[in-house]
Amino acid sequence: MNKYTPVIGLEVHVELKTNSKMFCSCSADYFGQKPNTHTCPVCLGLPGALPVPNKKAIEWCVMIGLALNCKIPLFSKFDRKNYFYPDLSKGYQISQYDKPFCQKGFVELSNGKKIGITRVHMEEDTGKLIHEGNSSLIDFNRSGVPLVEIVTEPDFETAEEIKEYLQKLQQIIRYLDVSNADMEKGEMRLEPNISLRKAGEKDLPKYKVEVKNINSFGFVSKAIDYEIKRQTEILENGKTPVQETRGFVEKKSSTVSQRVKEEASDYRYFPEPDIPPIRWTDKQISDLKSQMPELANQKIIRFEKEYNLSKYDSQLLTKSINLANYFQEAVTVGKKENLTPKQIANYIINKKVDTENILPAKLIQNILSSNKVGDINEEELKTIIKKVLSDNPKIGNDYKKGKDNVIQFAIGQVMYVIRKKIDTEILRKLILEELK
Amino acid sequence: MNKLTITKAKTGLKNKDFSAVGLTKACLDEIKKTEPKLNAFVTITENEALEQARNADKILNNSTIEQLNNYPLLGIPIALKDNFSTKGIRTTASSKLLEEYIPPYDATVVKKLKDAGAIILGKTNMDAWAHGSSTETSDYGATKNPWNTNHLPGGSSGGSAASVAANQCIAAIGSETAGSIRQPASWCGVIGLKPTYGRVSRYGVIAMGSSLDSPGPITKTVEDSALILEVLAGVDEKDATTSPKEVSQYSKNLNKDVKGLKIGISNDYFIKGIDKEVEESIKTAIKKFESLGAKIEDIKLFDPKYAIDVYTIIQRSEVSSNLARYDGIRYGKDRDSFEEEAKRRIMFGTYALSSGYYDQYYNKAQQVRTVIIKDFEKAFEKVDIIIAPTSPSLALPVGATKDASMFGEIADVLVEPSSIAGLSGINIPIGFSKSGLPIGMQIIGPQFSEQLVLSSAHQYEINTQNENWKKLEPKL
Amino acid sequence: MKINISHIAKLANLSLLPEEKSKLEKQLEETIDYVKELNQVDTKDIEPTSQVTGLENITREDTAKPSLSQDEALANAKSKHNGFFKVNAIFKENE
Repeated sequence: MNKYTPVIGLEVHVELKTNSKMFCSCSADYFGQKPNTHTCPVCLGLPGALPVPNKKAIEWCVMIGLALNCKIPLFSKFDRKNYFYPDLSKGYQISQYDKPFCQKGFVELSNGKKIGITRVHMEEDTGKLIHEGNSSLIDFNRSGVPLVEIVTEPDFETAEEIKEYLQKLQQIIRYLDVSNADMEKGEMRLEPNISLRKAGEKDLPKYKVEVKNINSFGFVSKAIDYEIKRQTEILENGKTPVQETRGFVEKKSSTVSQRVKEEASDYRYFPEPDIPPIRWTDKQISDLKSQMPELANQKIIRFEKEYNLSKYDSQLLTKSINLANYFQEAVTVGKKENLTPKQIANYIINKKVDTENILPAKLIQNILSSNKVGDINEEELKTIIKKVLSDNPKIGNDYKKGKDNVIQFAIGQVMYVIRKKIDTEILRKLILEELK
Repeated sequence: MNKLTITKAKTGLKNKDFSAVGLTKACLDEIKKTEPKLNAFVTITENEALEQARNADKILNNSTIEQLNNYPLLGIPIALKDNFSTKGIRTTASSKLLEEYIPPYDATVVKKLKDAGAIILGKTNMDAWAHGSSTETSDYGATKNPWNTNHLPGGSSGGSAASVAANQCIAAIGSETAGSIRQPASWCGVIGLKPTYGRVSRYGVIAMGSSLDSPGPITKTVEDSALILEVLAGVDEKDATTSPKEVSQYSKNLNKDVKGLKIGISNDYFIKGIDKEVEESIKTAIKKFESLGAKIEDIKLFDPKYAIDVYTIIQRSEVSSNLARYDGIRYGKDRDSFEEEAKRRIMFGTYALSSGYYDQYYNKAQQVRTVIIKDFEKAFEKVDIIIAPTSPSLALPVGATKDASMFGEIADVLVEPSSIAGLSGINIPIGFSKSGLPIGMQIIGPQFSEQLVLSSAHQYEINTQNENWKKLEPKL
Repeated sequence: MKINISHIAKLANLSLLPEEKSKLEKQLEETIDYVKELNQVDTKDIEPTSQVTGLENITREDTAKPSLSQDEALANAKSKHNGFFKVNAIFKENE
């Protein structure tokens, strides 16, 4: 029986795949480029440069919020978050403080739990710091790339819940096609805030530990589990874990304390004077909503209802929006050939179809020919067999009595109905299956 | 030739009385002659200026009148305050920290001037980082007032104002956060226009108070000011705070007379301790307007003393953030190169924004800002423009700013309210003190009333052009 | 009310000499004292103004445009290496 319950909130940063950066027109496609080749006075923080926000990035941020069931306040603004670090070219980051674009949403997990989304807001990325011997090298190509920050309520209790949330979040983002959300490439970054409270207690713990540098799904459980263990030990000793930021160390699957600043960070937020605020109309928000594709959770429900598929199959087929669209198209084509969605689903799932390289129309053809037993469709054949057997209960009875030659009679009856060439061995097999 | 106005210089160039190169050389010669006494420039770009002048002459000699209309400032030598980024030319904001900084880009204002055919003579001195109202806190030595080199030219655009007054250039560009154009224009006896905030792009201007900074012209006549504003004004896609409002042809509408113009005068602006001669001169100037048919009305304005507090808090807070980028990594020297005034303002600004103090300082100041804005709106329901002294004092002597921890903010009390509200204002010289120092008057109008402010100023100017003091020239 | 001048200097990323600290502390206190009079102004129910333009929704299209060249970007740096800006080692936080 666990004495302590984990209380975990997540901060996820998503790098948007816009053409240009958040506040300037430099290309945002910085990955793998030569250092400091995608900079300009604005993102390099030169004297006199001014920010102008990227319209598409803002719209995508709102879409993410809508997909997470957030409310979109009609008034929003940018704020300056002031702190010093070599990779922060202006000495402040343009972010959002008290009037973010999206607030108060939720994500529902498979265990029925609703994870509260506190806020979704827009900010800009910093440059990259690399070590080389006694120096640190800075590349500002990434400086100013649009980031969406998604903050949850401290509603998580297990690493599994977190992984499911991250997978759902990644799927939503990929469905919206606003980011590739690849953790290994830093396109989706995770910072959990972890603390523990006594089982049954309702108040939030008086401390929280932020963990940075978790770079893949695989490390999520390791980091969370290590922290829970570490904090449990401290609490068992009657002490309270220090409120701090810790870094995940991959090689050791552990976390270490980062240099703790003596004073808590005072970001001295104030409204960004260089950027006028954003004011939406209801129509603009509903227009954005209508531009969004149907998301996975809605698709799953629809596939279950309309196509009579299992939840499991629906989940598989909606893993990516491309696959889901592919399936829907295949269903449309297959309908003309009397193929059911279930048949198509089974074929795709079981035969691990390469949906990237086979068009839906071709897929349907493949299904049809694989189902053909001679000149007839397998499903159709099965239907006929069923009818023959139910019209002639004597076949079933005789077979039970051990009269094997009744199968020959059954084959004859089926052939009589079909009047087409057919492989009798397969027919025999199917009749036997059915008799079972 | 260097004593010409833009209008006269344009005519002279068109009539081939002289060439752009000749005009530029005349200015450069005057600069060489007077710089040892004035120290108005941080960087003189002689070669580049002559190159630009040669190009200007090419265009002048090979274009039709129609084509020349595309270059409204063709061949006109202009001095730029050293907080305007000039590509390939060092830009220092008169700070040692940026002593070697060479921008890879032009400010929008600079680009517009170049596109209009102007000649850039060099970068003028200022209070370092624009933190001041004297140009005494420049890291490159104080600029002196051309009318009396034992006195200061005002600031922070002191170099630009002095340069115009001393006829080192035909015109200059400055910037005003609160008073930095109008006040030095007042102390140096020249025209200084602070356009409405957002009328002229700030892109490329080294930021001081982001919600206040307004680039503008410093000139010898009101018409010149209008000519430059036409070139500089307009929306800029690189500055999200610029207004999409149409730019008027300011110089073509200066002749609107002031009959029936309602002018507001507030007693609150004749503050305690104001120089008596300044007060008298303003009152005389007001009578002049009356004689031209304007209606003078007493109005009550929000006590300008509170503007000092509002401005100090907002400006220093924005300064503390705007100066955060100077960490010596990508350009410039490290933060130890900040001098006293900059450190002072950064520290106060940091304090005012810090946790626990934001509400009582920054937020409170922004609330009182709203009060000031609404106060002006109310006043402008009754009157068309407001007239007041620009500076409560004459140009102060060298050394006046020593150890004063709020010199600039206190000296600019009369211009801060209109700056805080983002309004348009102009300084016009109205005479001299007995000691031979210029006296200036400011005309303030609502946002985007540059046309009215300019035409009112123009009317005053042309109706006083024969006064004796107009004939005076600085003796350098 | 005592000002923690060292704390502010840290927030402001300024390293001050002791003499500077005491001088600045005094001046800071003077300024704080001066602006206190703002409390005389009644601001009940008054919205703060952070922008005087009244503008809203100023954005730009998501079009990428050419950047500075690497040389231009690095031109003013006093320390660079292989196309990077160089500073003394900042110890990575989890090493």
